[in-house]
Formats: sequence, structure tokens, C-alpha cells
Amino acid sequence: METAVRTHAMLCGGTGCMASGTMKVKAAMEEEFRKKGIQDEAKVVLSGCNGFCAKGPVMAVYPDETFYQDIKTEDVPALIEEHFLKGRPYQKLTFKEQEKKTSIPSIHDIPFFKHQVLVVLKNKGLIDPERIEDYIMMDGYKALSKALTLMKPEDIVKVVSDSGLRGRGGAGFPTGKKWELGRKISSDEKFVVCNGDEGDPGAFMDRSVMEADPHAVIEGMIICGIATEAHKGYIYVRAEYPLAVKRLQIAIDQCYEAGLLGKNILNTGFDFDLEIYQGAGAFVCGEATALMRSIEGKRGMPRPKLWRSAVKGLWDKPTVLNNVETLANIPQIVLNGAGWYRSLGTEKSAGTKVFALTGAINNVGLVEVPMDTTLRKIIFDIGGGIDRKGRKFKAVQLGGPSGGCIPEAYLDIPVTYEAIEQSGAIVGSGGMVVMDTSTCMVSTAKFFLEFTADESCGKCAPCRIGTRLMHDLLIDICEGRGREGDIELLEEMSDTIISASLCGLGQSAPNPVLSTIRHFRQEYESHIKDKWCTAGVCRDISTFCINEQLCKGCGACMRACPSNAIEGEKKKPHKILQDACLHCRTCVDTCKFDAIKILPLSARSANEADLQYYANAGEGLVESNA
Amino acid sequence: MTKLTIDELQKIRDENRATFTLRKGESRAKVTVHMGTCGIAAGARGVMTALMNEIVLSGREDILVKTTGCGGLCAREPMAVIELPEHPPVIYGELNEEKIREIFREHILSGQPAEKYALALGSETIF
Repeated sequence: METAVRTHAMLCGGTGCMASGTMKVKAAMEEEFRKKGIQDEAKVVLSGCNGFCAKGPVMAVYPDETFYQDIKTEDVPALIEEHFLKGRPYQKLTFKEQEKKTSIPSIHDIPFFKHQVLVVLKNKGLIDPERIEDYIMMDGYKALSKALTLMKPEDIVKVVSDSGLRGRGGAGFPTGKKWELGRKISSDEKFVVCNGDEGDPGAFMDRSVMEADPHAVIEGMIICGIATEAHKGYIYVRAEYPLAVKRLQIAIDQCYEAGLLGKNILNTGFDFDLEIYQGAGAFVCGEATALMRSIEGKRGMPRPKLWRSAVKGLWDKPTVLNNVETLANIPQIVLNGAGWYRSLGTEKSAGTKVFALTGAINNVGLVEVPMDTTLRKIIFDIGGGIDRKGRKFKAVQLGGPSGGCIPEAYLDIPVTYEAIEQSGAIVGSGGMVVMDTSTCMVSTAKFFLEFTADESCGKCAPCRIGTRLMHDLLIDICEGRGREGDIELLEEMSDTIISASLCGLGQSAPNPVLSTIRHFRQEYESHIKDKWCTAGVCRDISTFCINEQLCKGCGACMRACPSNAIEGEKKKPHKILQDACLHCRTCVDTCKFDAIKILPLSARSANEADLQYYANAGEGLVESNA
Repeated sequence: MTKLTIDELQKIRDENRATFTLRKGESRAKVTVHMGTCGIAAGARGVMTALMNEIVLSGREDILVKTTGCGGLCAREPMAVIELPEHPPVIYGELNEEKIREIFREHILSGQPAEKYALALGSETIF
């Protein structure tokens, strides 16, 4: 007897969840459906990234809209029995709020999902990215039909301009303006390029979009082709994104087969060809001009921007180059109109932005919010706040190596291009790394400078030599060799690098240093003058000592210490043997009572009694963890 | 797949309406079958299968079927609740395959609750 499917289990097939065992769970579920005889009624569908990566593998069951997390194969039989057979949420795997421990089964009640507004990610978790029918079902290629039959190229450019959409790759250049340039210039050949060379540490927005909804990117590119009268497109994706490459290729093949790519698209006479170009992973290839050199088969290096890519780009032909997320916005804008898009966000920063939320936060994942949402709402409501008890928010890093760190005082600003820039960071491509009080800001700046110095292509001296020198200076400061005037020297070098570098990579490389100096200058000063890293991260200048009043003698630090440098009797204050201490900070992270105090370098040469005096002195003299 | 035209794109959307309804939760009718231990023992499994088969036969794609646990009135299992928009839910009891097929045709397809099998109208008071 033939039966209909009554329930779909949308199991997340994003890279994060795949790594946590999605495929095993899928096999186990299908096996269990067969055992229970409901294989014709219930179906497992592999969806794209659901966004809630921290709790993977995750799954949303429809029509019930129940959300499950951390699914293990051994849980599958009970889960199927309870939910799919008996129809009640399987409490063990439902989402639980960190503090309250109450179980909230519906996906719309979970703060992480509740506060988001989806435009780019509207299909996440609702479609199987490897099935073109699923995309079409969700009104996919409707905007393309509209653009092909009801709109002239100038109409398309106008709706994109009027929508206020700005480049989501980082710089925020108005997309309509770029398309207008590309449309107006005449040439025998024009190109559309999609920049999927996402390289910021901690950023995974574009990867998730390409994996979860590849057809949205393709549809955006074809529409761009119609608007600018281009007939050839390239998607530049880094080879480190194998799943994105695979899903895009499947989508492109499906489009050729269905007549959505190639000659005579949808029988309207428009031709558009599309292929993937895999990048080898150099950070600089995310820069537009370097990316195009790379597609041409040359070494990926930027060129001076004497003219815009829309005038002379790939093979010196007019080229419109947009970021993945920008292009994924296009079908929605064309379909629903500029006014609809403008109703989200602010006057100058319209629409939504996808952020990759990572770091010291409870809900690591992918979120999409209107651009007038405040940082506080993203970090504390959606992100669920700082993940470790006793630690507080210190800063949020936006925009990766080109961005900066924003302190608590700025948490109530919206994530618009203007407000974020005023705070010293940039919206960038959307990486959002949250840092708690155990973070050293000088080390953070050092980390990013190490990254840019390493990824500098070497074509121009200010970037190649300048970032290296700045990195060396930061190493000196972190290792106790900082000198008076180093902060000013860093600022001066930053000025030179910003004004003299050839491309965006160099011009923005000093931002992490400048923004941390601006908001955390006292931390640089304490590293340089007092040789004191108050977070205890810079091991060369940190001294650790146990506060005798706070220590409960639980022995946790003693067991955790890798060099057996802590001794003490049970329930009596413990002691760190300074000669054996490696300054690794493990004890600080282990102690539940905040008893391990971080003292400056000079404390190492103090006699034992003095050292203990300072450690016992409490918050006034010595701060721990802050 | 053959080369598509704009009309054929719309056809694909129409053909996938059932999947769309299911995932977006926008339905015209919702049936909840009680599948607690008591319900299963009394034959809810067969009721469910018959119901799913009726849906296929009707060709209707805007009907959601959910399962739930014991409703408390174990003596009257198998039970099912049918909800149409703007109407209070109707609870049916002591079902079997024939009864659910009849109820499906009368209540869901024709919009007339099958009074002879109905146990109650509305839902319990929840405090």
C-alpha cells in the first residue's frame, strides 16, 4: 500500500556537523526507520549548514519543528521510538538553555534561532543542497525568470542600486554602482566572478552559503550576467573547501542539464557559462585583482588600482566581481523589490549580514541578522554569552586580519558599516571572534600580524617588510623586551604601511594593532613598563602565585600542572614552586576559586615572603584574570 | 532532466508542494494520531498507514500528519485529532482502518466532521 511521507528529518550536512558524524547518524536513522517499518513515512534529508555548529550533529524535524542536537548513533533507536513513532520530543537531545537547564524543543523558541532574520540563509536546513528541485520548490530561479522576461538590464541594475545592497566581502562598496559600471562599458567580452576565497581566521560564512544553498549563488551570478551583458562566469573557491566545491559542481551540472546554464537559458535566448576555479589558499587571492591574476593562471598578486575591475579586470576585460553572500542576496532582491530589502537594516547599511560567531562563546555558529542589530544582542542573546563561568566579556574581533577589536563600551552599537568603522574595526566578511577576560590584547594583535606578515605576497615593501617589523616589535613587547616609545613606533609604522601599501591586505594589516592600542592602551603600557601581562598569557613575563585566602586546597591545580610545580596538603593553601613553574597558565584555567594570581616579571626575583604578600594582597594591587 | 522553460519551473514548484508544506508548516489540515503504547496496542499503526494511503489516493498535498503520545483516554484508543483552520479540533476515538478512511473523506475532503465517530470538540483546559 502506497503511503505519503509525513515527516522530514533535516539532518545538517555542513562541514562542521559532517565532521561530528552526520553520515553515521543518517545511516543509523535509516536503518531504524526500516526496523520500525516507517521507512515510507519518514525521511532523512541531508541539509546544508544549519548554523548551530557548536552542537553538531544537529537536526530539525518537520512539520513538528523540533530541534535536536549532539546526536550520537547510540541515541538513534530511542530517538526514533520516541519522536517518530510515539510523537513526543526526545528530551535527552533537545536544546537546553545553559543556565536554566529547561528543555525547549521547538526551533522557534530557541534564542539562537529566534532573533535571526534570514534572507541569504533562508533555505538553510530546509532544502537538500544537492537537489535542484528543492531549490526550485523554495521559489528558486523565480527571480531569474523575472529578470529574463520582465526586466531590462537597466531595471535589474536599478533594483540592486535602490536596494542599498553593499559588498558583503568586507569593503562595503555599493553593489549597484559596480553593476552600473559593468553594464555601461562596452566590450566584446565581459565576465562575472564570484569571490569565494574566504580566508579570515574564524570566518566561515561563505563556505556555509556555498554548501547549504549553492543554487542561490549561481542564480545571483546569472542575473548579474543579464544585467551587465556578460556571458561567462567564474566561481573562485579555495580548494580547502572540498564540500563547497563538490556541492557547487553538482549544482552547476544540474543547471546545465536543466537548461539554466549554457546556451538559450530557459528558452529565452540568453547564454551564460559558469565554471569553478579552485584557489590554492593564499590569503591575498581574496583581493580582487590578485584573484583575477590567479584565474588567468598567473601568480596571485595584486596590481595597482589605476582602473576598476568593472572597466579592466579578468584578461583586461570588464569584470564584475562580487562576494558569495552579496550574490546570494540578489535573487531575493530581484524577486521582492528594493523596498522590501530596504525595510531591513538602516538607511546606509540595508539588509542583513551573516556572521560567523566563534571564540569564547556558548553558541558557536552561523547567524544572520538585520544590520541594525546591536553587537550585544548578537553576542549575548543569540550567542548565549561567554562560555566559561566567572569570566567576562572583554572584546569582540570583527573583520579578521583587516579588522579590529571592539571593547565592551561599544557593545550597543549596531553592526552597520559606519558604526563599526567608527569603533576602529570593520564589518569585513563577517568573522566575529568573541574574547573573554583571559585574553591578552597584545598577543591578539601579535597573532593577526603574524598572519598578515605570513600571507603578505611580497610584491610591495611596506607590507612585506613593515608587517614583519611590526610583528617583531610585538614579540619583543610580549617577551619583556618592550621599550618606552614602542607604542608610538607601532603607530608610526602603521601609518606608513597604510598609506604606502599596494592593496587592501597591506592597507588594513595594521588595524588589529591600532584598534587594540586605541581601546587597550593600558595593556600595552603594562607590558612595556611593568613587564606585566595581566591576563597571564605572555609566559615570559608572567609570574604565578597562589592567594592563600582564596585557595581551598582542592588540589585541582596540582593535578593539572604539567611540571609538578604545585604542592600542598589537602584543604590547606597550595604553593607554586617558582623554580619549577613553566608559566603555562594551566593552573589559572583550572582553578575554580580565582585563587591563582598573575604577577609581573619582577615578582620572580622577589623573595618568597614578598611574593606571597603580593599574591595575598587581593584585587587592589594585583588583578587576576582581568 | 530535459531543458526547462519558465512554465516548467513552476510545474516543479507545484509538484513539490507537499514537501514545501511539510517543511514550512503551512497546511490546510492537520491530523494528529495518538501513538502512545495504548494507541499502538489498540491498532494505531494500521490507522496511521491507512491514513497515509488515503492522502496519496486523494492527491492532496496540504495535509500534515503528526504523531503524539497517550491522550489519557486509553480505553477509547486508537484516537486521532483533526484540525482545520478556523475550526476547533475534533477528537475521534475507537478508530480502525475503515473508520479513518471514512473520516478522512468526510471531514478533511468535504469539510464535514464525521459526527458518529467523534468523541469531543475542542481541546482540554490547560492551566
